[in-house]
Amino acid sequence: MEEKWTTVLKPRNKWLDINLKELFSYKDLVFLFVKRNYVTKYKQTILGPLWMIISPLLTTLMHALVFGGIAGISTDGAPQLAFYMAGNVIWTYFAACVNQTSNTFVTNANVFGKVYFPRMVVPVSTVLTGLLDFLIQFVLFLIILLIYGISGAEIVISPWVLATPLLVLQLALLGMGVGIIVSSLTTKYRDLTILVTFGVQLWMYASPVVYSINQIPERYQFLYLLNPVSPIITIFRYAFLGSGYVPMVSWGISWIVTLVIVAVGVILFSRIEKTFMDTV
Amino acid sequence: MQDTVIKIDNLKKKYRLGLIGGGTLTADLQSWWAKVRKKEDPNLKIGEEAVEKKEFWALNGINLEVKKGETLGIIGANGAGKSTLLKVLSRVTAPTDGEVKIKGRISSMLEVGTGFHGELTGRENIYLNGAILGMSRKEVDAKMEDIIEFSECRKFIDTPVKRYSSGMYVKLAFAVAAHLDSEILVMDEVLAVGDMKFQEKCLGKMGDVADKEGRTVLYVSHNMNTIQQLCSRCIVLDKGRIIYDGDVEEAIRIYMGTVKESPTVVDLRELPRAEEHASGIVKMRTLEVLDTQNSVFEMDSKLRFKLTYFTEFDDLELHIRISFQYADGSPVTMIMTEKPFRSHKDREESVIFEVDTKKIVPGKYTMNIILYEINQFGTYRNCDGVKDAYCFEIAKNPQRMKNIEWSHRYWGHVMMDAVEIISEP
Repeated sequence: MEEKWTTVLKPRNKWLDINLKELFSYKDLVFLFVKRNYVTKYKQTILGPLWMIISPLLTTLMHALVFGGIAGISTDGAPQLAFYMAGNVIWTYFAACVNQTSNTFVTNANVFGKVYFPRMVVPVSTVLTGLLDFLIQFVLFLIILLIYGISGAEIVISPWVLATPLLVLQLALLGMGVGIIVSSLTTKYRDLTILVTFGVQLWMYASPVVYSINQIPERYQFLYLLNPVSPIITIFRYAFLGSGYVPMVSWGISWIVTLVIVAVGVILFSRIEKTFMDTV
Repeated sequence: MQDTVIKIDNLKKKYRLGLIGGGTLTADLQSWWAKVRKKEDPNLKIGEEAVEKKEFWALNGINLEVKKGETLGIIGANGAGKSTLLKVLSRVTAPTDGEVKIKGRISSMLEVGTGFHGELTGRENIYLNGAILGMSRKEVDAKMEDIIEFSECRKFIDTPVKRYSSGMYVKLAFAVAAHLDSEILVMDEVLAVGDMKFQEKCLGKMGDVADKEGRTVLYVSHNMNTIQQLCSRCIVLDKGRIIYDGDVEEAIRIYMGTVKESPTVVDLRELPRAEEHASGIVKMRTLEVLDTQNSVFEMDSKLRFKLTYFTEFDDLELHIRISFQYADGSPVTMIMTEKPFRSHKDREESVIFEVDTKKIVPGKYTMNIILYEINQFGTYRNCDGVKDAYCFEIAKNPQRMKNIEWSHRYWGHVMMDAVEIISEP
């Protein structure tokens, strides 16, 4: 008799065993996780969601003071606050994606150990939560630009602003990719959790966050832009501030790297998710 | 109705004993490097063999089919593999070998309140928990009222759950889980919480889920009462294998392990004695069942025993009291001697007595034997008492039972004399 089974559980099936349809059917859960992350983040704080504006502002001011003021690094003629804010907005989002998704298995071990849902729901919702933060900071950035514009500073906005969604998408994918690779490995090696926080910080200095791409000697620039985040920030700055240029080839490479990292991450993740309960 | 919804084929799950890997990346790299150079692994303890890895089969070849609408109880001692089985079924962990086929959605409640967040209100947590368990927002919306009603937490539904009492927390959590729409429900000991009234309510709900809605329930518990109330079929797991599959009561009997075949001569000296009986005034030594070679008897048999004992006290006026338990441990009845017998000190003596099993229905029983004394003031003094001194079975007798399968759960273990019609219409 031919029988139809909805689910067949086997030991470690195929290499690539991600079920996008299933993930999609859990979209309500993604949404609820995002909401939960939001609601719980600022519960019992006095300033509440205001922190979402205060913290990037303070960081930007700090960067402006230390790197622009004390160290006197050139911003290629762009207004200091806008310049640092641009790098900061992008970097904060990326760092949040990496840091938070890299904890996926460890922090959710108790839920994962009790009930099944596609594990990908968690990193996806983490990235989406970060996206909301990003949007708020992005609006803040636009307001700062506007203020500069009104007060007569030289702001060159290029048609590349239209590429912003693409940049953000790439950023999210890259952040999540790195995050889930780390999270898959942390189920076995807890050292990585420590390494990540610290590594992300180092990575920031290897990316044009607190300085401009033009600070890098011309002949090293291509090498420098192999860091997949560098082209993203560079293009973003060019789009909104007109500083720097658009490194097309490097951006292409950066996309390839992003997609490879995401693919590796997803494969690793889907292999680990089935048995991680036994090792975590 | 007789659709198979779960089919398990030779399911195995292996765990490695001890530490998994070195625990750190460096240690693993060291081990790997040592292996490459064919040197000794620096992370192995002395005496540990590199090849031999200790393994543990939590599940060792499970074959099982579950039909639609069945409530299957799963029992077994700690470590028998119950939870592992549920974990594999609920897809928390993957099997090592074998295959599980499932028809329909499966939801697991391995623990109530999974994913509850203290900062969120009851209502928000219902949505969140529902989604974690696989319900869509629409489904939760449709059931919201029922869930709140069932949880008995309406007054607090918009308060963060961190302010809830643990009872309320559990009630809310169970309410969500009980309203899941999936075809198969997997539950691990979830009813062990909440007050008695709520537990009853949950059991009722679970029963409804299976009987009226035709869904399948898999239930693990150590509480034989709930298993009896809820399940229509039961499996017993032991060391990762199914050792029994079928009737609930038989399964419980096997699990309780009280049912052993007693030999014709039972050595009572080493058997456990309850504290109140272990006065040591008399020491029972052996119990021999007479006129039979096995421990299976027809209904209404009279069992004859020869009890051998020893005492250091002179001239005791001893009584015998025998209490019967059914195989699941529930008490049946008690009988005692009408007149005492006299014992003498410092020599091994025997007394022969007869026990009438009249009115006890077919099944497996154990006997506790207690020797006691009533002194001249009428007070009792226990002299010795042995628990589960003798196990016996009353054989099935379809003719006598009018072909009725006796339900120990509802009718107890004694059948009184038949109803007599005094005057016919």
